[in-house]
Amino acid sequence: MPGLITMDDLTNDEILQVLDDAERLLPVARGEVYLPLLQGKILGNLFFEPSTRTRMSFETAMKRLGGDVVNLGDVKTSSVVKGETLFDTVQMVDGYTDIIAMRHPRQGAAQYAQDAARVPILNGGDGAGHHPTQTMLDLFTIRQAHGRLDGLNVVLAGDLRYGRTVHSLSHALTRFGCTLTFASPELLKMPAEIVSDLKAHGANVVETDDLLGSLPVADVVYMTRIQKERFADEDEYAKVAGAYKLHASNLEDVKEGMIIMHPLPRVDEIHPSVDATRHARYFEQAFNGVVARMALLCRLLNVDVPANVGGEA
Amino acid sequence: MSQEYNMRRVTAIRNGTVIDHVPAGHAMRVLEMLGIDQTSSVPVSMVMNVPSKKMGTKDIIKVEDRELNQDELNRLALVAPDAHVAIIRAYSVAEKMTIDLGEEVKNVVRCTFSNCITTNPREPLPHRLKVLSTEPLELRCHYCGRPQDLEALVRNLI
Repeated sequence: MPGLITMDDLTNDEILQVLDDAERLLPVARGEVYLPLLQGKILGNLFFEPSTRTRMSFETAMKRLGGDVVNLGDVKTSSVVKGETLFDTVQMVDGYTDIIAMRHPRQGAAQYAQDAARVPILNGGDGAGHHPTQTMLDLFTIRQAHGRLDGLNVVLAGDLRYGRTVHSLSHALTRFGCTLTFASPELLKMPAEIVSDLKAHGANVVETDDLLGSLPVADVVYMTRIQKERFADEDEYAKVAGAYKLHASNLEDVKEGMIIMHPLPRVDEIHPSVDATRHARYFEQAFNGVVARMALLCRLLNVDVPANVGGEA
Repeated sequence: MSQEYNMRRVTAIRNGTVIDHVPAGHAMRVLEMLGIDQTSSVPVSMVMNVPSKKMGTKDIIKVEDRELNQDELNRLALVAPDAHVAIIRAYSVAEKMTIDLGEEVKNVVRCTFSNCITTNPREPLPHRLKVLSTEPLELRCHYCGRPQDLEALVRNLI
């Protein structure tokens, strides 16, 4: 059964359908309505590297819908440490579960697992590759704020080289005709092959190292964390990272409806002074991970979300 | 120096396969790809670095008493995409074969990206590279989606 490995597994119409389903599931995600659509179903959480939000939100999504979850647990104490191949691990979990959510340090692991499994695989991040469930919750958050996805001005800032969330998101936004501005230090620029792929798909892309200068036209500013270990020394890091921090005082000339997003965890790229502004959306975004994943779980398990869930969306 | 002169640097073969227009210096690699070495019983002749109008210099390989099949030939596309291949029977060209990679190269080479899941030699699923274009040759790993480094690819032969 096909899963969700990259955003290419969904058409634009399918993306919008999943977002509509997610919207209707909001009262269920908030715990206001109990809707056991996935009762009797089991999700296998296979996280081969650390994850807080993705793993927990999958687990919450499954349980809010009446389903159950089994976890691989700590890789250090599982059979993986004994040298079990991914193929064998997936074969085993495939037999125990109805659907698998997976994160793996190696790129291509999700597709590999899908080829090895009968049940659908939800890619929760494979190396520097794809993270489509994050993209779905990002798209949900953007549509929630702006009422649409098409034709927006989106600034993606920080570590665009290693950040898999921005890779998947850029592809998806391109499909909806958004204008993309990539604001990053030279060392952490969006990989050239991704930029050329995006342009080949008709993307309108601007590359800059000036985040603050890009703010006034933005409808969405998507911040990412710049990691110290990417730089040769701490001085270089300090010099560069300073230009990719947002403070409430930077937001005077921005559009009223502009939203600031971040896949979290943040370190100091968004100052706490921003949290109280009307632009901050990163905590809602993290919550939206639950509804987006609920909608995806239903879709991949062929369970329809009823038109009227009850409660208030 | 003519084409005819190049071909006669080594004796004409009675039956077998002639692979012409191999990029200069790649003949050994081609033999390696075809699994032809000292353990093979067939006689092999080759010339390296001979002049070529089209390529400047080139290599030519003649494998006696063995007709390569299409699958074997398709492997050649990775190192010698412009090679001309002729099947010889009774000293005459009986068949000219063209290289056709198809849509996917399966279990011929490993992905060149160091962090691809397929770099674990114990993982049992086949190595799969999708053919995006043949001129120029563009391949992407089925699993990790990375474009392949063609220089590095020939070192990753299975």
